Amino acid sequence: MRPVADQQAAATDFPLADCLLAVRLFTQNPDSLGGICLRGFGPVRDALVEKLVGALEPLGPVLKIPNSVDAERLLGGLDLAATLRGGRSVWRPGLLEMAEKGVLLLPMAERIDENIAAHIAQAMDNGDLSIILLDDGMESDEAPPKVLMERVAFHCDLAGSRDLEAVAALELSSKDRVPKLRSMTRKKRASLAAVAAACGIGSVRPLLFAERCTIGHARIAGHDKIANEDLQAAVRLVLAPRATQFPQGEEASPPAEDEPSPSDQDTSEGDDQQSIEDIPLEDLLLEAAAAAIPPHILDQIEGRVRQPGKGQGGRAGNKQQSSRRGRPKGTRPGVPGSGRRLALIDTLRTAAPWQTIRRRESGNAEPGKVHIRKADLRVHHFEERQESLTIFAVDASGSSALSRLAEAKGAVELMLAEAYVKRSQVALVAFRKEGAEVLLPPTRSLTRARRALSALPGGGGTPLAAGLIAARQLAEAARKRGQTPTIALLTDGKGNVMLDGSASRTGAREEMQGIARGMAALGISSIVIDISPRPRPEAAELAEALRGRYLPLPKAQSAALVAAIESVGKAAMA
Amino acid sequence: MSGFPFSAIVGQEEMKLALLVAAVDARIGGVMIFGDRGTGKSTAARALAATLPPIRAVDGCRFHCEPESRDDCPDPCTSKRVRKIAVPFVDLPLGSTEDRVVGTLDLEKALAHGEKHFEPGLLAKAHRGFLYIDEINLLEDHVVDLLLDVAASGENLVERDGLSIRHPARFVLIGSGNPEEGELRPQLLDRFGLSVEVKTPDDIDQRVEIMRRCDAQERDSAKFAAKWRGEDAKVLRQIERAKKALPKVKTPAKILRDTAALCKTVGADGLRGELTLMRGARAFAALQGDAAVTLDHLKTMAPLALRHRLRRDVLDETGSTVRIERALEELFG
Repeated sequence: MRPVADQQAAATDFPLADCLLAVRLFTQNPDSLGGICLRGFGPVRDALVEKLVGALEPLGPVLKIPNSVDAERLLGGLDLAATLRGGRSVWRPGLLEMAEKGVLLLPMAERIDENIAAHIAQAMDNGDLSIILLDDGMESDEAPPKVLMERVAFHCDLAGSRDLEAVAALELSSKDRVPKLRSMTRKKRASLAAVAAACGIGSVRPLLFAERCTIGHARIAGHDKIANEDLQAAVRLVLAPRATQFPQGEEASPPAEDEPSPSDQDTSEGDDQQSIEDIPLEDLLLEAAAAAIPPHILDQIEGRVRQPGKGQGGRAGNKQQSSRRGRPKGTRPGVPGSGRRLALIDTLRTAAPWQTIRRRESGNAEPGKVHIRKADLRVHHFEERQESLTIFAVDASGSSALSRLAEAKGAVELMLAEAYVKRSQVALVAFRKEGAEVLLPPTRSLTRARRALSALPGGGGTPLAAGLIAARQLAEAARKRGQTPTIALLTDGKGNVMLDGSASRTGAREEMQGIARGMAALGISSIVIDISPRPRPEAAELAEALRGRYLPLPKAQSAALVAAIESVGKAAMA
Repeated sequence: MSGFPFSAIVGQEEMKLALLVAAVDARIGGVMIFGDRGTGKSTAARALAATLPPIRAVDGCRFHCEPESRDDCPDPCTSKRVRKIAVPFVDLPLGSTEDRVVGTLDLEKALAHGEKHFEPGLLAKAHRGFLYIDEINLLEDHVVDLLLDVAASGENLVERDGLSIRHPARFVLIGSGNPEEGELRPQLLDRFGLSVEVKTPDDIDQRVEIMRRCDAQERDSAKFAAKWRGEDAKVLRQIERAKKALPKVKTPAKILRDTAALCKTVGADGLRGELTLMRGARAFAALQGDAAVTLDHLKTMAPLALRHRLRRDVLDETGSTVRIERALEELFG
């Protein structure tokens, strides 16, 4: 929709200088700005973080929280050793308590568990705790948990930055030059609110951050009144990275009404008599917002990537609670066995406070003996990423097969290119002549897929029924492994070879319908992509029998295919 | 049984070079080895670790601290005695649990004496040595997450099981895997300074020589090791000399410009590619006994330092190595 030149400007126009400015503003007022997210790992960020931590340490504790932290350590809990030794409960404060009035440093923030993120968010809401998120995400849909992103003022992207000297030159001990400036006029607030609305930002938090950022910027710059550039900085630093739509001047909604707070009167700069320059101001700010939207946000706005859904989004396949493997998700009461593993430490921790009583009860007070009851038992509980499997069943018959195959190949490769992020697999079945063949068993490997695809032959009759059966077998096997299969059938729906290899159009059609209905009954989700140049009812009928989606794509394009298949796959996982 | 001597490994020059360069300058980071099974990946890594001279460590310290930097040790680490130990070489098996990797509460001590004690994991064992992960592309995601942060920060921070411990964990990460069996997360790839692609040698004579040497080693490993001791000592001297010479190796401004131009042409992401290529070329020059980095050093190291950093274009099947060679040809003729 937008000219290419604009996009390029956006890609380079959120430079390191703004990130450094954000870091300065944050160090000046860490509590009220919530925190900062620094995306893009590399030497520049390492240097910047070192500097930032150095500046924050004199102000309060700076605690690094490893990704493997457990909720118990975060929130505090029973000190096992001390409790056993002392015969009474000894509590140990959690990291959140220790970090009060300080800063948490969160490496690999895009991988933080939502449960951990929720605890941190709560602690931020309840006290003076700010956070530094180090986001190592590379793909557009890899990002730290939304609850945390929402609570930090600045989202900085350092991925393209290479200027180590600029970081080295950054001065973070700057004292406010105009410390008295504390609030802004209603008009200026309204213009910030209008920009937020134009950018599609619903939450009020960013507005508060933008206001504080404006004031902070004015103080650093030594303005005794809020200047346009202060507002522009806030728009660039706080609002633009949160845009969910591309701001357009005309769409800007009327200024939100907000009551001037009591503090407005005493230290407010100027007054409301600047309506003449307010009109261009809004345009000015919108322009600043438009230019500063970072590229990965643009991707999301323009639908080049799937919008992350709830939580952390669909980047790594859906999650499944599991008692056997995956990422540890804490423990719960339960008896070990049938694959559940005993969580020894938590079991002991549950038993520890009762030891004095139990020793007395049982008359066995031998030191070093721990009395454990069945109710104390705790088992591990893991989270496994549920893998998705997309099975491409491609009609390789006839003369037009070549172009379809090329598109199918493109779609398979596009899906695989994201597979290492999303933990999804792809398989490929081709049917032609007398039967169907699994050309690519379920895999995540691009290298292997490429080799299989390059050998994909075309031509001959259309044994659609055989293709369906082969796809169904793959789907059922995938289910047994705990995967969620989706079948993408690329065909014109005109089967003409029966399972026994005999050629009969009507026979093949009946056979095919029966198989399709059987698959629908199994609840296998599917999509039929009609790739014939002029879509006919056959493929639509097939989709109906499969109870799947029907999508006529006479000029199938790989990217469009992927988008359609993923929407079906997502529904299957939900 | 003695291990296989480093210098007895037939062929695989690129892999050997990458390991040597990583041994000369630890800041380069680890080595990722792509390739089939049975191409001597783990043998080479293990052999190099065994070739290196023993390191000095505080006696009895579970983190084998360097006597000069024992302040970072979470243990009391008070022994006055210094012991020489072999360079640690730790295998991280695929099924490792988090506890096993980062370390956990020592239950026996907690139960018997009511003492809180940290039981170090594999990361602690690998400190000052090598951490080898075979089939790293099949490693579970959450274990990869643990490694990423430790490999970047050089310390292991444990905040779980009621423990709060930090200990140094600086190691050369060596990963190996077959890209056919699954891709590696780009974040993990970036942590590796160098990457090499190994293939089974297709030269018959080389294969015969490999068979002969493996056989000799199996029959009498001590004798075989003795036979190659001289060669291994040469490798060791080469590394020692290079380490000493490294700070003095000059990097001309023109080479820096060439490095930047090359990285720009091939589209290597981020600054890390350039820094690694520069360090790699410098370490290579030091290994060769040269006083300054030349274009030849740069050209040799470019595929190793850059091939895993190129943004992959799904529809372009050209391998990374070919793209780098093309760029080298284009820029430097």
